[in-house]
Amino acid sequence: MSERLLTVSSSPHARGKQTTKSIMTDVIIALLPATAVGFYVFGLKAVILVVTGIATCVLTELCCEKIMHRDVTIGDMSAALTGLLLALNVPVNCPWWVLMIGCVFAIVMVKQIFGGLGCNFANPALAARVLLVASWPSHMTGKAFIPVDAVVSATPLAIIKEGGDAIPSALQMFLGFDGVYGCIGEISAAALILGFIYLLYKKVISWRIPVTYVATVAVLSFCFGLSAYEVLIQVLAGGLMLGAIFMATDYVTSPATAKAQFIYAFGCGLMTVLIRQKGGYPEGVSFSILFMNFVTPLLDKYLRITKYGEVKK
Amino acid sequence: MEIKKGTFKKGIHPSYNKHYTSSLPIEIMPSPKEVAIPMSMHTGAPATPVVEVGQYVHLGELIGQAAGYISANIHASVSGTVKAIEPRLMGNGSKVSCVVIENDFQDAPCENVEKYDPETVSPEDIVKIIQNAGIVGEGGATFPTSVKLSPGPDAKIDYVIINGAECEPYLTSDHALMREQAAKVAGGLHLAMKVFGLDKGYIGIEDNKPDAIEAFKALNDDSIIVYELETKYPQGSEKHLISAIAGREVPSGGLPAQAGCIVINAGTAAAIYDAVTEGKPLYERVVTVTGSGIKQPKVLLFRIGTNVNEIIEYCGGLTDDIAKVILGGPMMGPAVYDPNVPAGKGTSGILCLNRADAHIEDPSNCIRCAKCTEVCPMGLMPMYLGAFSQKRNFEKCDEYNALDCIECGCCAFTCPARRPLVAEIRVAKRGVQALRKKRG
Ligand code: SF4
Ligand code: SF4
Repeated sequence: MSERLLTVSSSPHARGKQTTKSIMTDVIIALLPATAVGFYVFGLKAVILVVTGIATCVLTELCCEKIMHRDVTIGDMSAALTGLLLALNVPVNCPWWVLMIGCVFAIVMVKQIFGGLGCNFANPALAARVLLVASWPSHMTGKAFIPVDAVVSATPLAIIKEGGDAIPSALQMFLGFDGVYGCIGEISAAALILGFIYLLYKKVISWRIPVTYVATVAVLSFCFGLSAYEVLIQVLAGGLMLGAIFMATDYVTSPATAKAQFIYAFGCGLMTVLIRQKGGYPEGVSFSILFMNFVTPLLDKYLRITKYGEVKK
Repeated sequence: MEIKKGTFKKGIHPSYNKHYTSSLPIEIMPSPKEVAIPMSMHTGAPATPVVEVGQYVHLGELIGQAAGYISANIHASVSGTVKAIEPRLMGNGSKVSCVVIENDFQDAPCENVEKYDPETVSPEDIVKIIQNAGIVGEGGATFPTSVKLSPGPDAKIDYVIINGAECEPYLTSDHALMREQAAKVAGGLHLAMKVFGLDKGYIGIEDNKPDAIEAFKALNDDSIIVYELETKYPQGSEKHLISAIAGREVPSGGLPAQAGCIVINAGTAAAIYDAVTEGKPLYERVVTVTGSGIKQPKVLLFRIGTNVNEIIEYCGGLTDDIAKVILGGPMMGPAVYDPNVPAGKGTSGILCLNRADAHIEDPSNCIRCAKCTEVCPMGLMPMYLGAFSQKRNFEKCDEYNALDCIECGCCAFTCPARRPLVAEIRVAKRGVQALRKKRG
């Protein structure tokens, strides 16, 4: 019997069902409804962008890891997720090469240089989006959102801020099927919330960050004197749902403890409302989350949890 | 008899896999031709052998004398001739001096065995009997029970709790014992209550063992309060059992007695009762032999010092796709290279896993999902402990309370990146201890 080779490893010898790959795959699945609405509304162009985004990220990761002699991790689906997220975060008229630059930046400069998954200082897709908005504003904002044959000519938040066309109805905004424009993946709050429910069901994320973030935006917008209807638009538009559910909850760049998560999400909400109401920019979700990403290490450092048996002072 | 409910914060719900053995009765394994009885099967100093090679020993005769206060007596588990006293390999990889006895299959009893009436025995005698009988915690920590029952004159004990949670997946030893010998376990509890002059005692059982709970109910004993605990790992951890039943927390770095609680494993309680009423020292115990890698899973009563290989053979042997043999449960038990080691007082399980169940997976980068932090029942942040341990930054490990870790494995179980968190934290603990020593 002793000639049989037994494996020895540290306890525990039982493992949970979730793996990095299953989590990343679940997030991709959760994004599918929003992706589908994007395809339906924006057509072939959107399909091409999404495929380009995913392919570029995966290939870039593969090349990086080959060059740096690291283990190839494209099988963990995280690169594919970054590609999908970034593609869903650009307007339909964004040229494919702009998206590709964003993907390469996300994988190389934000993720791989710092040591790969888990070591990045900011959410790769988010940082790339902010870079693209800053570098090619004409391709990333304003008219870029609007398909050529559309009747309206601006995104809902831009309409509120600058006047002009009629704001779409709240139901239109919620479903996102007609007359609502924005980034490919952000137009249907309903589809995004469906994804949120799936993530909760699969225990991939907790409700804390998305709910706190959205609630903060709603309450603060109201405090800024917006009408109930306008508050609703604030919540449904401008990528808030996409950001709150899929970007702000990125594990690597959000805090670890419940307490810190609440503060982080509140910070995201506060920043978003300030940028929207006081800044010169109608959206603000990306900048806010990116900013709070940088605050995360501090929150984690100072907001620990109470351990068992702590001597109460 | 009163039934109450309880649980603790955090923790996990692993697959319990108790079905292999949960309905099996305790089977008595015939005593083996030879036993190798280790002189160290307990926390504390190894016992000193008090027999010589060639000497005849009776069943239950003292063969190893406790060396110091935190130590335990060791007794012969068969009658026969001492063949050798030599170091042998243990399950944890260390070598320990063993008294090897060749069995004459007579089970020749000792003379002058002292038996007591549980009604009239004095508290002092109870502790002394337990000490003489070499009883240690059978749950796995193997702390000498007599030391546990002597918390010092300052301690005020309000709760004596029998740990029948058996939260480790796969294991059903305590389950079988409680179902079949509830009266004995309750008898042990009464003796422990007597030591502290208490008229109420507690027993905690996870609600996945309804027949064990029924067995205690059937005793109709009003001085025992049964806690039906939510089935959640690690409910059987001493600290978390105390949380669930007494609603108290053991102070960090302290003993249960500081929270006014004494916790005794169900098997240990039965051993206490046997020691007092029959003068029987701890020379046999119940083990669960189970898992996908064993041909006939069994719950066995075996003689201490029986070779694990022989126990495996008795259960039909290992399957061809065997990958791991673990002494204990899957969450905390150590895996062995070679099952050619003696089974001891702390061997609660022999878990054999085939390749599919052994979860041999490579770790990848921590993705900071904080799931480890959400489940850690000690309220630690394993993600940081693991990272600081890797960097050998033991100052930080100390700051993040590495020493509070009970090595329950909830964090590593949950980790989607399969980080070897428990292994890393063990390194951290040693580092922190060295650091503290250096500082003085
Ligand atoms: S850090 Fe220690 S106590 Fe916490 S879950 Fe991990 S092993 Fe258990
Ligand atoms: S569970 Fe694993 S991957 Fe997640 S934070 Fe903890 S160590 Fe990192």
